[in-house]
Amino acid sequence: MQLPFYIAGAVAIVATFLAITRLNAVHALLYLIVSLLSVALVFFCVGAPFVATLEVIVYAGAIMVLFVFVVMMMNLGPPAIEMERQLLTPGIWIGPAILSAILIVEMGYLFHRGVPPEGPMHVVGPKQVGVALFGPYLIGVELASILLMAGLVGAYHLSSGPGSQVETRDDIHADARRTAVGRDLVRDGVGRPAGTQERDLHADVR
Amino acid sequence: MGLAGLLARRNVIFMLMSVEVMLNAAGLAFVVAGSQWGQADGQVMFLFILTMAAAEVSVGLALILQLYHRHKSLDADAASEMKG
Repeated sequence: MQLPFYIAGAVAIVATFLAITRLNAVHALLYLIVSLLSVALVFFCVGAPFVATLEVIVYAGAIMVLFVFVVMMMNLGPPAIEMERQLLTPGIWIGPAILSAILIVEMGYLFHRGVPPEGPMHVVGPKQVGVALFGPYLIGVELASILLMAGLVGAYHLSSGPGSQVETRDDIHADARRTAVGRDLVRDGVGRPAGTQERDLHADVR
Repeated sequence: MGLAGLLARRNVIFMLMSVEVMLNAAGLAFVVAGSQWGQADGQVMFLFILTMAAAEVSVGLALILQLYHRHKSLDADAASEMKG
């Protein structure tokens, strides 16, 4: 149980260091996802399989998807198209792919060997966690639910604040701007020359 | 390492990622300590950290979107105009 633990720890440290030193946000997110997966494998090695599952599902699954959504929403327009073209070059994803390959080989080895033997670490299963969670920590569970509710309400309030009003006001004129430069939502100014008229899609609204 | 990232970067998205790294390290310490003594308390604490991180990230990303809409920038120094 010692060697997979150290390998996963080393992968986690390398991936985290690469994540905080990247200049591009998408590259940093890739390395951060690899870091979270390796931390999940560390959890599995020290005898916490329930927490390892939660780490993969919640951290690498949900929180990282939120990050990717926001990063993709930040840069729209022609620079983003150029950046997505650069994202497909193999120099970008070869680093996270190598680290992930190390992790998946290690995971296959662990699952192939079967039930982890009792080492210096004790295996704490999901049942013990559940009993402790709804026994002495019941008030903590209620507080966590209140915190999640507060986070939900706060995120909704922030996203429906005055800043988004500006955006919707801009969107009214966005259609006119697109017809002015000969660009619409489907074709980026390649279908017809600039200046030619197209049917106003919002004519019945105005 | 997360603290170093938080201090070195001026981009708010990277700062939020560094906070995630720090929370993850704290949770790792909790789980390893709980596993060392065979108690389930460490994993319970990690669940609470996970909940808090999810709420923090949702609110933080909403704040980042607002900042981007107002300043057209992700620089943390752009938000320094707040006067108490």
